[in-house]
Amino acid sequence: MSDGSGQIDILISRYDPERDDQPHTERFTVPYQHDSSVLDALLYIKDRIDGSLSFRWSCRMAICGSCGKMINGVPRLSCKTFLRDYAPGPLHIEALHHFPVIKDLVVEQAGFLDKLPEARPWLIREQEQALADGPHRQSPRQRARFASTSACINCLLCYAACPQYGMKPDFAGPALLALVERYNADSRDQGRAERMPLINAEDGVWSCTLVGNCSAVCPKGVDPAAAINRNKLESAKDYFLRFLKIGSGGAE
Amino acid sequence: MSRFDHKPRLESTRHDIVIVGGGGAGLSAAIAIAEQHPQLSIALVSKVVPMRSHTVAAEGGAAGVVSASDGLDLHFRDTVVGGEWLCDQAAVDYFVARCHEEMVRLEHWGCPWSRGEDGYPAVRNFGGMSTARTWFAADKTGFHILHTLFQTSLRFPRIQRFDEYFVHDLLVDDGCCRGVVAIDIASGDFHALQAGAVIMATGGAGRVYRQNTNAGILTGDGLGLALRHGVALRDMEFVQFHPTTLPGSGVLITEGCRGEGAYLTNRHGHRYLQDYGLGPEVREPVPKTMELGPRDRLSQAFWHEQQAGRTVDTPNGPAVQLELMHLGRRKIAERLPFISELAKTFVGVDPACAPIPVCPSVHYTMGGIATDITTATALPGLYACGECASVGIHGANRLGSNSLAELLVFGREAGLQAAGFAADQARQGTAAALAAQARESAARAAQWLARPAGGLRLAELREQMTTAMQDGVGIYRDAERMASTCESLENLSQLLDSISLDDRSRCFNTEWLSAIELGFTLDVARCIAHAALNRRESRGSHQRLDGYNQRDDDQFLRHSLATLAPGQPPQIHYRAVNITRLPPGERRYGGGSATEHKP
Repeated sequence: MSDGSGQIDILISRYDPERDDQPHTERFTVPYQHDSSVLDALLYIKDRIDGSLSFRWSCRMAICGSCGKMINGVPRLSCKTFLRDYAPGPLHIEALHHFPVIKDLVVEQAGFLDKLPEARPWLIREQEQALADGPHRQSPRQRARFASTSACINCLLCYAACPQYGMKPDFAGPALLALVERYNADSRDQGRAERMPLINAEDGVWSCTLVGNCSAVCPKGVDPAAAINRNKLESAKDYFLRFLKIGSGGAE
Repeated sequence: MSRFDHKPRLESTRHDIVIVGGGGAGLSAAIAIAEQHPQLSIALVSKVVPMRSHTVAAEGGAAGVVSASDGLDLHFRDTVVGGEWLCDQAAVDYFVARCHEEMVRLEHWGCPWSRGEDGYPAVRNFGGMSTARTWFAADKTGFHILHTLFQTSLRFPRIQRFDEYFVHDLLVDDGCCRGVVAIDIASGDFHALQAGAVIMATGGAGRVYRQNTNAGILTGDGLGLALRHGVALRDMEFVQFHPTTLPGSGVLITEGCRGEGAYLTNRHGHRYLQDYGLGPEVREPVPKTMELGPRDRLSQAFWHEQQAGRTVDTPNGPAVQLELMHLGRRKIAERLPFISELAKTFVGVDPACAPIPVCPSVHYTMGGIATDITTATALPGLYACGECASVGIHGANRLGSNSLAELLVFGREAGLQAAGFAADQARQGTAAALAAQARESAARAAQWLARPAGGLRLAELREQMTTAMQDGVGIYRDAERMASTCESLENLSQLLDSISLDDRSRCFNTEWLSAIELGFTLDVARCIAHAALNRRESRGSHQRLDGYNQRDDDQFLRHSLATLAPGQPPQIHYRAVNITRLPPGERRYGGGSATEHKP
């Protein structure tokens, strides 16, 4: 670790589907200051050394969720990770693990995006309130119950960290299950039953083996592991209640 | 040997409405159409996945009159006075009357507004506002608004997303906007989206400057597209410098800090705003006083402090100190947790223990694509909303928290207007002409990939542009430096064709996109610089040092309109301001001006 400025060696996994059969590694040397981020290094390379390096980025302030990369094997936001902590290098940057690579550091996110509607991530009410009736009431304490799960920026670091997702790409995964919990825990919502199929499914909460890497790498303190655990309890309750109903000749 | 087909493919689809941009304005428009006109097909096209849009980075809040002691008239007056009378007063009236409803709508969709103990959404003070009327979700209001809108949009299968499609041209036929041409970023293929109406919701152009709060995507694409098709940009010389951002990076430190009671001090620990007509010094926040003055005045005060040598030196340039320590750790954690995270991460400061070094950075494009009050542009079939538009509510200086409200009010309006227009259109007979146009446009865009090597580097040109803007069209301006910037920009425009790209591939070629973006950004920069040079007065965020230091209502109580013809510098015209009920007067802050409005 170094406080000041200097130069750092960066190894980047490159892959251009129009030319390469396999990814390969390229080495770049970039200058850094005390406050230079990994994103700054990538922008330096693109602007001054090799314009063909592709990566996603946007806000530079850890809120848009675009710039997740593997940094020395750990999924991190590149705007929120600083070169000084890795000097003099080499620092190895790869595309997020567990996703297909489109080019260089850019991954295919459809596996996550296409599943989003299954979480039914919107407020579900038995009867929608008219605008003229004004806002729902919700105490600060009720709001606090979903404050952490609503902080998810969909950066997908948790998927890159999750060994289960690596083995089972159909697993709903940490962010999606945290999103389910975000709405289920909202005092204004009445849609829990609609979200149970996703939770109960084979690729729902029961696929999680409680490794906890997701919570460790989350840059926003969402703690998906805890959210999944709460849903395991709900799923077990749901199963038991349905079992009772069927047993008593009730439903379906 | 390539495994890709290098011939540019051009797909074509038809939709009732195409929306360009998936931020707060675009999503509001899409949801409004899907709700009100479920028979219409909507294409939501964005160069990023919607939740990456820059609405996500808005922090402080969204304005909407809520309390009995407030009133629409006060919000109207604050906005018009704040904009130094360059606002369209009919548009402002329309706007303030709808803000509250939009905040409630978002609440019904699940937006986690911060709450008071009574369970109702809380409001905080904001600069230039007479009373607390800014709704907030801690200090991540834009993030929560964007995610609420995006997640709500997933309910509507009629909203078809084209994520990571880069729009590089409009399709115009028979004097009507009929669609867009886009690059599918992942494959590099082209895609023509024909439509009955098009809505621009592409955000601002903060990337025109070197030091700004904006995301990398804010390259003014929508403004550039409109300009090239003959639509004027209005009031472009009014660029908002946000007074509290991190030196160097320009990372935003919300005005909400000051709404909660933060102080701004110079190197002597003096709350210097009292020396710039914003006093008296008050310990607790008083509306429109001291740190709750408007953004233009606060950024100008910084400039004077810097000239006088009373700023603090940081490795990234001069700064003043934003003090939150007296608010206490608990309040900071509850109301300003993101600011706390940003300060710790990016400048190593815990704001509960030490001041955050801050300085002004370019933040918001107050001008934009000229629209009428219904968001219609001069090109039939083309609508614009959000930061890329100038519907006329911000004038010469936008008040903080009016822009998030604007996204919702005018995003919805654009959706409904475009839906009405599209439903009325007979759309026969133009498909062949549009297809030919799309092919030509795609071929032009593809030429970038065939240029010879050894030309200029894209980044060099971009840096020259941002430096010229930073030097010549800053917080205080004079004719000599503005003219020099205008000249540099004209030269840079000529050099655009001399750029060569390192990346000739089609797949996720972000260098190619950056080159097209730079074309848009340069055109926007030219309009800003020329409009600024031509405005020979000082008003709001446009302040001159060269003898035009005063507001001149006789000559310049007018909107500027910038248009661009190929191979020529921008042309600047003027148009009267719509003043319906509040005649021009003196713009005054501080001095207990807040109390005169109290009930």
